[in-house]
Amino acid sequence: MSASGPTPLFAAYGIVKRFGAFTANDGVDLEIRAGEIHALLGENGAGKSTLMKILYGLLEPSEGVVTHRGDIVRLGSPEAARALGIGMVFQHFSLCENLTVAENIALVMPKSLNGRALRERIARLGREYGLHLDPERPVWSLSAGERQRIEIVRCLLQDPKLIILDEPTSVLTPGEAEGLFAVLERLRDEGRALLYISHRLDEVRRLCTRATILRAGRVVGACNPQDETARSLAAMMVGTQVRAVTPKTAPAGGRERLRLEKLDLPAPGLHATPLRAISLSVAGGEILGIAGIAGNGQAELFAALSGETLAPRPDALRIDGAAVGRRGINARRRLGAAFVPEERNGHAAAPSMRLSENALLARHATAPLARFGLLRLGAAQELARRVIETFEVRKAGPDPAAGTLSGGNLQKFVVGREILAEPGILVINQPTWGVDAAAAAQLRQAVIDLAARGAAILVISQDLDELFEIADSISVLHDGTLSPPVPTGRTNRAAIGLLMGGASDAIPAPQSRSEALAHAS
Amino acid sequence: MRLDLIPRARRSPWLDALTPVLAFALAVLIGGIAVSALGVAPSQAFLTYFVAPLSEVWSIQEVALKAAPLALIATGLAFCYRAGLWNIGAEGQYVVGGLAGGIVAIAAHGMEGFSLWVLPAMLVAGTLAGLAYAMIPALLKVRLGVSEILTSLMLVYVAQLLLDYMVRGPLRDPKGYNFPQSVGFDSFARLPYLMEGESLHAGVLVAALALALAALVLARTLFGFEVRLVGTSPRAARFAGFSQARLTLAVFAISGGAAGLAGILEVAGRIGQLQPEISPGYGFTAIIVAFLGRLSPPGILIAAFVIALTTIGGENAQIDLKLPLDLTRAFQGLLLGLVLGADVIARCHVRLVPGGQAARPEV
Repeated sequence: MSASGPTPLFAAYGIVKRFGAFTANDGVDLEIRAGEIHALLGENGAGKSTLMKILYGLLEPSEGVVTHRGDIVRLGSPEAARALGIGMVFQHFSLCENLTVAENIALVMPKSLNGRALRERIARLGREYGLHLDPERPVWSLSAGERQRIEIVRCLLQDPKLIILDEPTSVLTPGEAEGLFAVLERLRDEGRALLYISHRLDEVRRLCTRATILRAGRVVGACNPQDETARSLAAMMVGTQVRAVTPKTAPAGGRERLRLEKLDLPAPGLHATPLRAISLSVAGGEILGIAGIAGNGQAELFAALSGETLAPRPDALRIDGAAVGRRGINARRRLGAAFVPEERNGHAAAPSMRLSENALLARHATAPLARFGLLRLGAAQELARRVIETFEVRKAGPDPAAGTLSGGNLQKFVVGREILAEPGILVINQPTWGVDAAAAAQLRQAVIDLAARGAAILVISQDLDELFEIADSISVLHDGTLSPPVPTGRTNRAAIGLLMGGASDAIPAPQSRSEALAHAS
Repeated sequence: MRLDLIPRARRSPWLDALTPVLAFALAVLIGGIAVSALGVAPSQAFLTYFVAPLSEVWSIQEVALKAAPLALIATGLAFCYRAGLWNIGAEGQYVVGGLAGGIVAIAAHGMEGFSLWVLPAMLVAGTLAGLAYAMIPALLKVRLGVSEILTSLMLVYVAQLLLDYMVRGPLRDPKGYNFPQSVGFDSFARLPYLMEGESLHAGVLVAALALALAALVLARTLFGFEVRLVGTSPRAARFAGFSQARLTLAVFAISGGAAGLAGILEVAGRIGQLQPEISPGYGFTAIIVAFLGRLSPPGILIAAFVIALTTIGGENAQIDLKLPLDLTRAFQGLLLGLVLGADVIARCHVRLVPGGQAARPEV
């Protein structure tokens, strides 16, 4: 490093990590100083997660050392890492669903910190940093965004010297993210070190003064992100120029293909969100974006659209005119609909099963993968292979278990599996959650291209940049209620952000297509 | 001090295959210590338990005849357990299957003329009765959310008492000197022997066929995929459009049908009449066999033979060495515990963390 400043707080030198024949980290050096926010950039599969896990004691390197203030330390377990003052905010939350917020936090705290004192500290941190949490609520009832708040609070409660953040803003609204940035900057000013992993290059440029860039397991560069542009950073990550998303040429205006009419659904659980009189309409060639903060009914809306939850009456949901509110997910798939849920592991895909079996999972009703109940394993493998090729899915071995893929590659597989079916209707929840810039651009392009071929697409996303990039119009889901759609060209982030916060009268609601249709019929 | 279980990133097939063997060796070692504490030479006991039953043709046949119903029932149960449903009542489904098939045989008793249909009808009746009996806990579960563990277990006692009543009452042999047993079945209602003058009957073939069929269904059919998927990722199974209710009914039907078939095979094979006791606890032992075989058909085949072998060996040890039968039961329990424990070691690194509490940061 050129800046021969003080001894780095934490450093890793010559880290090599092999998984069988696959080398995830190949001689990686990384120095993190106190009082800096250090960005770790790289594509999916570049080795970021492996390096993080080594620093947090979850993996032991095959070669190389980790140092703390210049002394070599052995991070044999997360406990050892925590004892040295390393904290981590995970991208995939490591929370016990059946326990409450306070119990989940107590799990990693010393026993001496009893319930009341702990709840007070949670409340105090919540006030200080704007991370509001109800300590008594069970985790299973929380949205992804709320769960991440637990992870952050849990980490902060341990007063760490180095905080590793893996995609911390991926589930936050712009306002929440701003709040988080203020927290991070204050932590930095307190003299802590932060290792910041994000695919959002604008954030990295705003927050970080140093960045280490990984590609294919090696360090390919270091820079000050504030001297770079988002595009030049992305280029360093992928080694080539990032293709920008090409806007859809054909404007919306086809016939209506997907329609929800006054859908009411009671909350499926104590803390779930009920859906209230939701009406929407998506035409062929149109991309409708549903914005909103996690936990405002996104999961419930997706389940109602996919058929995992049935609607109270058949005509509440129409696919190409057919009333399918009371019909299951495969009936809807046979009518040309396809679905991509938010959670990859355990919902869209079974992690312990092979990719070919995961192709079977979503396509057995719509592709010739079984005959008289007998599986055609060759056909399933062929389908998986086509998805892998078309969407450039990186994986080890010919037909590995889905759980061995990195998040972005599994997402490419899941989205590719649905898009290759050439669906007439695609409902996709958080399409690029935790996916790197290049893969995200590829996925968004695939969605746009599908719409250009005449499909009706409904995108549920918390990423406003994404919605403004691909959607024709945007509705906001707040507390189970859907605002009328506004054409993307006639609104802006501030207006949508206000709606996300629940200010329904912030902008005059234009006459929506769904309302017009409801009156006409 | 505290134990940490850290899932292995990659499972080694070599380790997976070796751990049950090591677990078996350890069980034999502990069993040997127990035997010597009872004043019997461990080597002598080993020969009696594991070698003698395999040293003569008739005793090998005994082992196979005991293994067959265990394997058949355990295979059915594997479908349930894979899908995360707990049918504990295979013993009851077995009894009801034996009873229903036996009623067909008794109804046909002394019949003249064409009789080839009787045996198939018995097998079908036994299978359907076991299946129908398993539908009671399944429907209660699906319709009312009643725990299938309790209902299936309690129905075992209902089935046993029903059989007891039937053989003392309506089905009692009128010429049987008031013994609680039915008439002996006619030869056309008995399973044919595989070899002249030996005890091995066709039921063993049926069990082998069922195992092969189950292996095929699990690996190569959409239904088998559904069972595997529900067990590992229930939410993904719902996304795949598989109905939990339908699956519950299906796996209970399979396990109940298999148990019922095992029941009538035993009645039409070795026993040849209905009597108050038609099972030495096959339906319960099969639960051990299913888990010992890790819920896979090949594993179940091996496990059924091991359990049958130790049972026959245990009977021999009781006679020859005056060792208690409870020792055999304890050994079988020990074996299950060790195999399941070894399975954890195959799946996870076990790490002993000294002073784990103190290693945590103080706040």
